[in-house]
Amino acid sequence: MNNPQLDSNGQLKHLLSIEGLPRSILTRILDTAESFAGVSEREVKKVPLLRGKTVCNIFFENSTRTRTTFELAAKRLSADVVSLNVGTSSQAKGETILDTVDNLIAMHADMFVVRHSQSGAAHFIARHVDPQIHVINAGDGRHSHPTQGLLDVFTIRRYKPDMHNLRVAIVGDVLHSRVARSEIHALTTLGVPEVRVIAPKTLLPPEVQKLGVQVYHDMRKGLKDVDVIMMLRLQNERMTGALLPSPQEYFKCYGLTQEKLELARPNAIVMHPGPMNRGVEIESIVADGPQSVILPQVTYGIAVRMAVMSILAGNTEPA
Amino acid sequence: MQLPDAEQLLAILADRIHPLLADNTVLVGIHSGGAWLAERLQVMLGGDIPLGSLDISFYRDDFSRIGLHPQTKPSNIPFEIEGRHVILVDDVLYTGRTLRGAMNELFDYGRPDKISLAVLVDRGGRELPVEAQIVGFKIDLEARQNMELLRDEQGRFTLRLVEGK
Repeated sequence: MNNPQLDSNGQLKHLLSIEGLPRSILTRILDTAESFAGVSEREVKKVPLLRGKTVCNIFFENSTRTRTTFELAAKRLSADVVSLNVGTSSQAKGETILDTVDNLIAMHADMFVVRHSQSGAAHFIARHVDPQIHVINAGDGRHSHPTQGLLDVFTIRRYKPDMHNLRVAIVGDVLHSRVARSEIHALTTLGVPEVRVIAPKTLLPPEVQKLGVQVYHDMRKGLKDVDVIMMLRLQNERMTGALLPSPQEYFKCYGLTQEKLELARPNAIVMHPGPMNRGVEIESIVADGPQSVILPQVTYGIAVRMAVMSILAGNTEPA
Repeated sequence: MQLPDAEQLLAILADRIHPLLADNTVLVGIHSGGAWLAERLQVMLGGDIPLGSLDISFYRDDFSRIGLHPQTKPSNIPFEIEGRHVILVDDVLYTGRTLRGAMNELFDYGRPDKISLAVLVDRGGRELPVEAQIVGFKIDLEARQNMELLRDEQGRFTLRLVEGK
C-alpha cells in the first residue's frame, strides 16, 4: 500500500494522520519527545537542529493554542518561523490553497504546518510539494489531528507508563472530533487494551466500534474503574441541526463532575485538549483539581511537536 | 594487536582526576560509553561528586546529512552548571566533533567556570582543535578502524577494535 506519509525507505516524511503509522514510528516520536521535554526545562530552551530551516504555519482555521505551540516548537529547534492566518488574508482575496503554498515555497519554505476546516487539506498539499519539503497536519476538518493524539498518548505514558494495562475513556462529541479519531488510533496502535467512548448516539459516528472501541451511552457505567479520562470539547461551531437539547442538559448527562470522577480509579488522570467549555463538558473543580493534567498536556505538546519536526527534517532526501 | 585492559585504564583515569577535585567539580558523561564511565568514576572517587550525562543528538553537526539519531536519550544535568568545573568524560576521543556538540549543549545549561576532558582512549584523527587533559591510553588508528567500549552484564568494561574496509 502506498502511504503518502512514508518515503521509499519507510521513514516518516509527512505527518498527516496517525492512522497507518506503525507502532515503531509512534514510539520513536514519543521517545524523542522525552529528550525534548528536558530541553524545555533548561536555562536556554533551544537546540540548533533546524538552524537555517524555514517553517511556515498556515492556518486556514483559527487555533491559538496549536499555532502557538507549533511556533514555539519550531523556534526552540532554531528554525525561522512564519505564521499565516490565511482566513484573514489571501484566501479572503480569492487565492487558492496551492497558490498560497507555491508562494511560500518560492520563499524557500522547508516545512508546512497546516490547519484547515476541510478534511484532507494537508494530504492535498503534501501531494503537491517537492520531495524535500515536509508537511504536518495540524488539524483537518473532522478527520485528524495527529500531533494532538501524540501529545495525549505522551501525557498518558508519562503518568501511566504501563500502556498495556490501561483502561481509557474518551468522553463527548466523538462525531465532530478529529482529536478523538487520532487518540483512538494512537491508543490502539500502542497496545492499550481497553478504549471506551462515552457519548450520546447523536454525537457518535456510525460504526464507531470498528475502530476497536467499546461504546457507552451512560457515563456512570463508562467511567467505572478507568485509569484515564479524556474529555472532548463540544464543537458548537461544527454542529448543524438539533443534535443536543441544551448545554445544561448535556452537562447533566456527559459533563465531568467530581462525583462522576470518583467512579474512575482513585488515581485516574483527567485530560482535555482545550479550549474548555467550563460547566458544559467539565466542572471547574475537576479541571483545576489534583487529578487534572490539562496544563501538562499543553507543555508536552511543545516537546512532541519538536520531536515530529526534527524527525521529519532529518528524513530529508538530498535534492 | 594487544589492547589495554579497560578496567585498568579506568583506574588510571580515577587516579589522574583525583588531584583535580575541588568543591565545584562535577562529572558529566557523554552517552553512552562516557556516561557508563562517569558513573563508575563517581563511585571510585568517593560517591559525592555531582553526576550528569549528555546525549548530544540534538547538537550533532551531521544532522542535515544523516538525520536524527534513531535513539536519543534525555540529557540529565541535575545541578547548576554556572560556576562549576565540569569534567567531561568520554570513552574514545576521535575527530573532536562529539566534544564540540557536548560543549555547545553544556553552555545551554549555563556558564561553567572551566571544562576539562577525560577520555579512556585517544585514538588520534582530530578534525577540530580539541584535546583531552586526562587520557588513559593513546594509540594512532587508521580511519577504517574503530575503537569501541563494551560493558558486560557484571558492568565490567572491555575495549574492542573493529576493522573496517
